Amino acid sequence: MEVVAINQISPDQVILFTWGFVTISATLIYTWIVMGLLVVGSIAITRNLSTDRTLSRWQNLLEVIVGGIRSEIREVVKEGGDTYFPLIGTLFLFILFSNLFTFIPGYVAPTSSLTTTSALAIVVFFAVPIFGIAKQGVIEYLKEYFRPTFIFFPFHVMGELSRTLALAVRLFGNLMGHEKVIAILLAVTPLFFPVVMQALGLLIGVIQAYIFAVLTMVYIASATQMHEETEHKQKEH
Amino acid sequence: MDSVSIIGMASIIAAGICMGIGAIGPGVGQGRAVQGALSAIAQQPDERNSLTRTLFVGLAMIESIAIYCFVISMILIFANPFWAYVVKKVGG
Repeated sequence: MEVVAINQISPDQVILFTWGFVTISATLIYTWIVMGLLVVGSIAITRNLSTDRTLSRWQNLLEVIVGGIRSEIREVVKEGGDTYFPLIGTLFLFILFSNLFTFIPGYVAPTSSLTTTSALAIVVFFAVPIFGIAKQGVIEYLKEYFRPTFIFFPFHVMGELSRTLALAVRLFGNLMGHEKVIAILLAVTPLFFPVVMQALGLLIGVIQAYIFAVLTMVYIASATQMHEETEHKQKEH
Repeated sequence: MDSVSIIGMASIIAAGICMGIGAIGPGVGQGRAVQGALSAIAQQPDERNSLTRTLFVGLAMIESIAIYCFVISMILIFANPFWAYVVKKVGG
């Protein structure tokens, strides 16, 4: 069963039904399925947490995931990593699971549509200045745009915009490209080789989720710590 | 040749050229990045974890250039706005 035909580059084009001005596309359905699974799973696991010596197996899994993400954040941000944990953890887990479920037949990753990835990138676009202002204050944050001289202001602004675009297009291009490669391989060499590519797709999905989270972290870290680092360098010289 | 076939031909050729030339730069770049990371790991095996993490992030940044080319050639082939316009105009 093929949900997205080979000549459609986005699951947005698969329209399940329309009702008035409301259009339900495949992207919407699968996004809500992934979100529902994550939310219901988290609630079901955290309902009966225990501090005993014996943990339930699901609590153990969740602790490993949360601890792993938290230590990764601490390695990049150094201090105050727990402030950024909800945002980055949510982004990572959502992208990870929406990429990983692609091995289920009939499922289309919502991240293989440009609308989903743009939404995620726009979240990052707004989150970076919010965290930066919360850490440094408005004046100090805006001063970053005029470093080292005021000529650099347009380059800083363009950098912000282009990295948002890059975040969105990178995730979308990887997932969509992989889907198309598998579809073409199914037509050329069916049966065995597409399975190998599917397994590679799981790796790509994990790496892309990791990279999205790491880049978000790096952007936030650069918005909150740039000033301190330049001060350190000036002291050293 | 009428305009429909010219646009179709130009789109497909442009998609091929875009992907072909666009893959050269990231290929060379990724090769150099992996080379640098491997020699760094060979010199300092203790720093392997942070080197690998930085390498993966860097590779994904380099790879995204090739991905842009891929997205553009996919748009040229499957979602070409000019093609849709011409087909609509010719079809009535």
